[in-house]
Amino acid sequence: MTTATDLAEAQLRLPSERRPTEGGGFGRVLKPLFGTPINAVISLACLTLLWLSAKGAYGWLVTRAVTEGGPQACKAGQGACWPFYEAKLRFMLFGVYPYEEHWRVILAMGLFMAAIAVTMIPRFWDRRLLALWGVTVLATGLLISGGLFGLRYVPTTQWSGLPLSFLLTAVGLAFGFPLGVVLALARSSKLPAIRVLAIVFIEVIRGVPLISILFMASVMLPLFMPDGLTIDKLLRAQIAIIIFAAAYIAEAVRGGLQAIPRGQHEAANAMGLHYWQAMRLVVLPQALKIAIPPLVNISIGFFQDTTLVTIIGLLDFLSTIRTAMQDPNWVGIAVMEGYLFAAFVYLVFSYGMGAYSRFLERRLRLGHD
Amino acid sequence: MRLDASSGTRLLYDLRVRAIIYQVVAVASVVFLGLYLFSNVSQKLAEQNIATGFNFLSREAGFVISQTLIDYKPSDTYGRAILVGITNTIWVSAWGVVFATVIGFFVGIARLSSNPLLALLAFLYVEALRNVPLLLYLFLWYALIVTSLPSVRDAWELLPHVFLSNSGLTVPSLNWSSAHTAALAALLLGGILAVFVRRRIVAERVRTGRERVTWPLVAVALLAPSLLAILLFQPDLAFSLPEKGRFRLTGGAQLKPEFVALLVGLALSASAGIAEIVRSGILSVRKGQWEAARALGLSDGRTMRLVVIPQALRVIIPPLTSSYLSLFKNSSLAIAIGYPDLVMVSNTTMNQTGQAIEGIAIFMLVYLGLSITISVFMNWYNSRVALKER
Repeated sequence: MTTATDLAEAQLRLPSERRPTEGGGFGRVLKPLFGTPINAVISLACLTLLWLSAKGAYGWLVTRAVTEGGPQACKAGQGACWPFYEAKLRFMLFGVYPYEEHWRVILAMGLFMAAIAVTMIPRFWDRRLLALWGVTVLATGLLISGGLFGLRYVPTTQWSGLPLSFLLTAVGLAFGFPLGVVLALARSSKLPAIRVLAIVFIEVIRGVPLISILFMASVMLPLFMPDGLTIDKLLRAQIAIIIFAAAYIAEAVRGGLQAIPRGQHEAANAMGLHYWQAMRLVVLPQALKIAIPPLVNISIGFFQDTTLVTIIGLLDFLSTIRTAMQDPNWVGIAVMEGYLFAAFVYLVFSYGMGAYSRFLERRLRLGHD
Repeated sequence: MRLDASSGTRLLYDLRVRAIIYQVVAVASVVFLGLYLFSNVSQKLAEQNIATGFNFLSREAGFVISQTLIDYKPSDTYGRAILVGITNTIWVSAWGVVFATVIGFFVGIARLSSNPLLALLAFLYVEALRNVPLLLYLFLWYALIVTSLPSVRDAWELLPHVFLSNSGLTVPSLNWSSAHTAALAALLLGGILAVFVRRRIVAERVRTGRERVTWPLVAVALLAPSLLAILLFQPDLAFSLPEKGRFRLTGGAQLKPEFVALLVGLALSASAGIAEIVRSGILSVRKGQWEAARALGLSDGRTMRLVVIPQALRVIIPPLTSSYLSLFKNSSLAIAIGYPDLVMVSNTTMNQTGQAIEGIAIFMLVYLGLSITISVFMNWYNSRVALKER
């Protein structure tokens, strides 16, 4: 019988590698690093590389950093430009959202993060989550757009920065998910016409780049609408992202559906459940559970893909960063500062989600054994 | 057959009848939606006096494309311009796939190294690339090339005759002529011939059971056609080497910063994904397979080639296909940094002619067509390496 640790060991150690001989703690550390001449060379090269990058990063961030002064001081200096962050941080994060109303987006993001934190805890996975998300979406929507309860109305053209990136991702996934589930069911349906429609939709969307769908939404969609009906630019981009997300989610869910043995369908039928009951009560709960890790990975991908709305002129986080860098006072001075800050923010959120996805995978695998 | 009053409702509860009704409703609503949108579009286009159809493809384009693989001048047609865009897209994606695969395999194996430092570095590499948007990297590489690299006058000489400066990478090049194309075609032919010859030899070995040395025959099959072509057409094999002049570099081929930034961005981000795929592929081959191969007396190299890689490939190929596909689709981000790929050329075309629908339709169809071609090819390859169950 193989236990989980046996399996892990078998996977992690190729037989051509020798186990380090049992020695003192010192030997155990040094053996894999300097055991053979080749290993010693590799280790030295890696250490040099790590040392050089650590030294460079430290010098740039700390010793050579410019801590006070304006653009001129930064231009003269060789290191990180902290005054740039001081002057531009609020703009980089919240873009052109009215300055004195920033507390509203901060509060909305706080609410949103709290809702995500609750959602990430498997113990809370039940129907009440839907209610929680309903309330969160209403509250954040109200906070950001205003126009009620004495809050000043903020048009969508001023929604920007990191909140916009989160909004595009969250709404895209929230609407994309049910659409994706329906598409997945349609694709595995027994009815040929419905199956073909679903396959064509999914494969066409997955076969073209997101940028082409965004172009379609921003350039072509207005032409398709009847006279007098105009759709907000942000909403059009959002529709494109929802459609794109739905096609990818559908494939993840289909993977889950395929993993459910036929017996489950048959048992549900034998109990007299009709198609929708069988799906809702028996098949989907199991299929979605299997599909959770790929769904989380898709979410990470979409958080990163929302940067593409920069190309059709929406002010998402990456775009506000670039706008801040192109401020006439700062242009060409804080290039690294701006991009590294953006990279850092994306890295933190994506890596966090990725770590969560790995946690889920472990948890679900244990649950199945 | 007797019909009673409730037969109408009973018919509605018949599953087969329902199935037909559902399908008719679904197809009809899609058709009606399509017709509705189409009528809106034709009305809008008529109001705004925008021409329809693909006639614009044969009109003069009149815009400059900064980087071209095939001959193009502004007086050529829109059709030619779009063809230039397509070749540029394929060119950058193809190189991206090559570099991403090579880097990805090395990093993937490094992730499994017994040396913890190397494994750590590979891990950092993968996570840093996977968790930051590609578009951000493209902007960053482009900004680094344009702002941080020295001007052409003090270009860095990375390797002999390879120069890096803020106007891109300058590399040695051949003066390409039809003779070179013929030699390349002959090389391809040699490749096919070599595969064919090898197969015959293996079949012969299986039939007679006698082991013979294979590689000289295969090598002859591989190289003979191209050698023949070189003797026959005598292409100019002298490289044009870039030299550093006083103010500029002369000779060689100039790779523009847009191309270099896009290629680096695409290759690096795809390589991180491929590294993870390769890693999980190798991990999927269980220890027992190594031990069994060793028990049969196979050497390490042969164990790898005959036992481990064929099994790992089976796990690696399907996700590798999708990562090639996404690299190809991600090349459309070129428009953000100004590399004239298909999307950018179509975009310029749309702006000049006002025919947005046709422009978008062209590039969506090309992407779709090429995506399907790539996935058909990779599926064919996958079915060759897949588990053969009898």
